[in-house]
Amino acid sequence: MTALTKLFRTTTFRLSLTYLALFGAAAVVAIFYIYWNTTVLLTRQLHDTIDAELTGLAEQYTGGGLNRLVRTVADRSRTPGNSLYFVADADGRRVAGNLTSISEELAKSLGPVEFEYRRPAEGGIETRLAFANVFRLPGGYRLIVGRDIEDRRELGRVIRSAMLWGLSVMALFGIGGGYLVSRNLLARIDAVTETARTIMEGDLTGRLPVTGSGDELDRLSQNLNLMLARIEQLMAGLREVSDNIAHDLKTPLNRLRNRVEAALREPYGETAYREALEHTIEEADGLIKTFNALLSIARLEAGAAGDNKERLDVAALVRDVAELYEPVAEERGIMLKAEAVDPVFTRADRQLLGQAIANLIDNAIKYGAPDRAQGVNGERPEVSVTAGAVGPMAEIVVTDRGPGVPTCERERVLGRFVRLEASRSEPGSGLGLSLVAAVARLHGGGLRLEDNHPGLKVVLSLPAEAPPLDDETAKHAAAGPELKPA
Amino acid sequence: MRVLVIEDDQETASFLRRALKEQGHVAEYAADGQTGLDLARVNAYDILIVDRMLPKLDGLAVIGTLRAEEIRTPVLILSALGEVDDRVKGLRAGGDDYLTKPYAFSELLARIEALARRTSPEEGSTRFVVGDLVLDRLSHKVTRAGEAILLQPREFRLLEYLMKHAGQVVTRTMLLENVWDYHFDPQTNVIDVHVSRLRSKIDKNFATPLLHTVRGAGYSIRDSAH
Repeated sequence: MTALTKLFRTTTFRLSLTYLALFGAAAVVAIFYIYWNTTVLLTRQLHDTIDAELTGLAEQYTGGGLNRLVRTVADRSRTPGNSLYFVADADGRRVAGNLTSISEELAKSLGPVEFEYRRPAEGGIETRLAFANVFRLPGGYRLIVGRDIEDRRELGRVIRSAMLWGLSVMALFGIGGGYLVSRNLLARIDAVTETARTIMEGDLTGRLPVTGSGDELDRLSQNLNLMLARIEQLMAGLREVSDNIAHDLKTPLNRLRNRVEAALREPYGETAYREALEHTIEEADGLIKTFNALLSIARLEAGAAGDNKERLDVAALVRDVAELYEPVAEERGIMLKAEAVDPVFTRADRQLLGQAIANLIDNAIKYGAPDRAQGVNGERPEVSVTAGAVGPMAEIVVTDRGPGVPTCERERVLGRFVRLEASRSEPGSGLGLSLVAAVARLHGGGLRLEDNHPGLKVVLSLPAEAPPLDDETAKHAAAGPELKPA
Repeated sequence: MRVLVIEDDQETASFLRRALKEQGHVAEYAADGQTGLDLARVNAYDILIVDRMLPKLDGLAVIGTLRAEEIRTPVLILSALGEVDDRVKGLRAGGDDYLTKPYAFSELLARIEALARRTSPEEGSTRFVVGDLVLDRLSHKVTRAGEAILLQPREFRLLEYLMKHAGQVVTRTMLLENVWDYHFDPQTNVIDVHVSRLRSKIDKNFATPLLHTVRGAGYSIRDSAH
């Protein structure tokens, strides 16, 4: 397909052509209508004028016979104007009038007739068109009364040429304009197509061009660019996860395989086999846990979970989860304090939010103690969990006195499988915070890490909901307003 | 117990049947939903183990049909779909418990034994007695050898659940689900610590321990004297 045929096939160009044809037809009709009406009007005027002249001449004839008529014609012929007169005798010779001669054809005709005549003009003789009425008079005489209508012929010519020129210019502008607009649009579409092709070939960094004019194509491009950015982000996430899976799942799988192989190779006896198998199951359980966590995050991020959202009291859930972890904290020499008294409501999936809070507390207990059980100034290291309303959000804050997370790492630790060097000694998959972040996103909230001076402060915020009405209020409201006259 | 396993994967099914037989149960097997439904209609089983994804007739449809026909045999659903939403769907369809693949056989065993027991009359009783340990569900009082034991509300519910399933193995996940109503993995051995606290209250000053740890499975409360 050549560039030109491609251009002619564009919608814009075809639209231009259609409009051009429509406007052209309309113009032709309009001009023709004007021309036709003008002609009708002029013809009527012509007839009227000739009729008036004839009436005058007829009066002269009835009043004074042929002689008077001839005299009147001679008089009138001397006044300049568009009127034409001719009186001929039976042989067709001129008796009076301002026409020099008449053709034989005209001499023989009768009634209204159109003819050409010659008259002197600057630099020679010109042939002009005329219209006349021919009458026979007694004695073979003939009277011809007419008017010069060369102007009318001229008008027709002018209008025809105007129409021709007008239509040509219109066609030129129409096709030219259509061509330019289509070329412009085609160039932009081609740019989009080109970008789309490079993206399809695997270069996800490509973005559609935006001209900055803010037109509909720009808006479309901007939205597609946002979509591309999201896709790129997802793809990057996927790639990162694949890399991480390769590392974090393959390593334990390899360890498991090695152990089984070693147990098979050496004739250890039943106890050793049993031990090896138990280790294998342990390792497999760990793998399953990691796998489950990964699946959960993937589902949360795909928005495929959370059909069981309900209005719940965050403070109560925080107390509940803290109670679950309290004995573990105590065993590790950590004081776990839950400060969540006033109810704060949000719409959430109890299991998902519960797990998120559990992960945060679990992290704080695992990584939040500087030197286990020694603490600052001999006090027990403290992990505190609070829940409260902050503006339109319900916030769950978990703080610890551990080493914290450096500012530059705060964004990164929310990613999958990310574990800071300092925490490698503790068992864990590096998926805990990713899951919390995913739960927060699913509920329209957010997760942020802050400095607790010293230690880490993790804030999980969710959109707060109005508390449900208590039974008394609900009953009262249902009863309706009691209107009393003042 | 007479168990029907409805599972399309041959290896899983034969592993389950062998393991159940080792535990002294009678295990029958159907490879698709329709056969399973037919068997469950005709024979009286103590428990059905139903895989969720089955050829011919979906696992949930099998359960739904049985329940519609007033067949109340306890059902344990096995599924690779492990999310809370899936669980809720399974239980809504008429399943009694839900276990996600892959699972430990000990977990499955503990759960089917608990389910089969659920139909027994003990469910509604107001007093649980194990040896000299007595739990009164109405007055919320616990005594051992006549001595009152003070428990936190959660500890009370933990003991109540253990005693309701006295003599059976109760897994950590079962405790987390039934005592705390959490269906997620708490990552740390939180349950162990709660159980050991409870144990220190009910067993510490007595000669015979009642609350036992079952290695690789969970816990069991029983009077070992009998």
